[in-house]
Amino acid sequence: MTFVSFSDWLAQAPAWFQNWPEWIQNFAFQFYQTFIYADRYMFFVNGLKITFIVTIGALILGVIIGLFIAIIRVSHDAVVGKKPNIILRIFNRICIWYLTIIRGTPMMVQLLIMGFVVMVPETETQCVICGIVTLGINSGAYVAEIARSGIMSIDAGQMEAGRSVGFNYVQTMWYVIIPQAFKNILPALGNEMITLLKDTSLVSVIALRDVTKQAQNIVSLTYQAYVPYISLAVIYLVIVIIMTKLLGILERRLRQNER
Amino acid sequence: MSVLEVKNFKKSFGKIDVLKGIDFTLEKGEALSIIGSSGSGKTTLLRCLNFLEAPEEGQMFVDGNCIFDAIKDKKISSNEIRKRQLNFGLVFQNFNLFPQYTVFENVCLAPKLLAKDRDDYKHNKKAIIEEIEENAKKLIERVGMTSRINMYPCQLSGGQQQRVAIARALAMDPKILCFDEPTSALDPELTGEVLKVIRSLKDGDTTMVIVTHEMNFAKEVSDKIIFMDEGVIAEQGTPMMLENPQTERLKAFLTAFNQ
Repeated sequence: MTFVSFSDWLAQAPAWFQNWPEWIQNFAFQFYQTFIYADRYMFFVNGLKITFIVTIGALILGVIIGLFIAIIRVSHDAVVGKKPNIILRIFNRICIWYLTIIRGTPMMVQLLIMGFVVMVPETETQCVICGIVTLGINSGAYVAEIARSGIMSIDAGQMEAGRSVGFNYVQTMWYVIIPQAFKNILPALGNEMITLLKDTSLVSVIALRDVTKQAQNIVSLTYQAYVPYISLAVIYLVIVIIMTKLLGILERRLRQNER
Repeated sequence: MSVLEVKNFKKSFGKIDVLKGIDFTLEKGEALSIIGSSGSGKTTLLRCLNFLEAPEEGQMFVDGNCIFDAIKDKKISSNEIRKRQLNFGLVFQNFNLFPQYTVFENVCLAPKLLAKDRDDYKHNKKAIIEEIEENAKKLIERVGMTSRINMYPCQLSGGQQQRVAIARALAMDPKILCFDEPTSALDPELTGEVLKVIRSLKDGDTTMVIVTHEMNFAKEVSDKIIFMDEGVIAEQGTPMMLENPQTERLKAFLTAFNQ
């Protein structure tokens, strides 16, 4: 049985509850239907699992892609006076095209294309991978520009200092520039993480049952939208608040060696 | 045989000729001071020595070996440049310490990374690292920073930072140590402590090239002084030339300086 009527439910409620105002009774009934009846809270739990997996996967992929592109772009632009070598120039061109296309089309459209044209996933695992790849590629474009701004924000003297003590370019980047740049871009990166988390609510279009899709499922079972959707918003809000707090802690810890 | 020989260095930025043919030699254990007004090309010359800029013409010899030739070295690999660069150490005007590392790490980092290229690194890893750390501690003691060995650069005064920067440059055991206006960012009191360290290096027979505006210090510490003006060496000689300038240009410069 997927549905219980309000009067049946009220009849089996404790006696003291019978005299409460009707709007409270109504709200409690919706709450009961959304979370408790037939263990529906599991809808949210299962949905959250997918949301988290997709968010974290896409985040890692996005940071890797973004960092890679940022370094190519910065290395290309850092060459002054002469022309950079041909491989770097080709890569740089590809990166610019990638940024233009990804930032120039909506997230939703990218999901539709990846889900129904490029990857066409069938099993649930394939859907998850498709979601991670699509969101990761999308996020990578934004992270790339954030990372680039971070690398450019570091004084050129740091690069020169690294070179003067015998680091090669990669070592200077890895040991000197990137740790400092990371600290500078953390607020912007946090922003991107939050956007990414919320963008996962779109993955239902490729048949992924994330937390948003699950809330929709509950609505279609109970014909009541109020509590499921408000709860959904609260769930996202709580996750974002926790993320913001964690980022704040990380930021403070990284800033310990300043001032 | 002179430890450093520079032949006919020419460098321009766009249409501006910054160096118009610089020749000089430097013997082992000597200190050379380069003086001159701002924009005369002193710093550019020093940056050319350290491979931070590539001169369009000219050659450079260290211990008689050609380590730079503007014509032959057009297509040289960056790894090769890096090897040759290690003949020189550079101390910057604004220190350029790595802010995310402690004093000790700042001094150790580069030798440790360089040691990884050694053939016997895998076998004697422990011994090599220990030797590097031992050496770093000695250098830090030499610049009088032992009590602050675990502090971060931001916790140090400018003079202390510059002393650490000197230790960092010394850690690579360069044949020639270059100073790019090492005291310009410091107040007179802090200048004193940095100059004291440079003086002690001079007593220890370090070969040095010092770009400076401290006339008295240049007079006291150098074996040789070069006065640069508009991209050429206008006058060079012993420190006595500051007492007894031959050219009108140096006369005018010194008069302006003593006012």
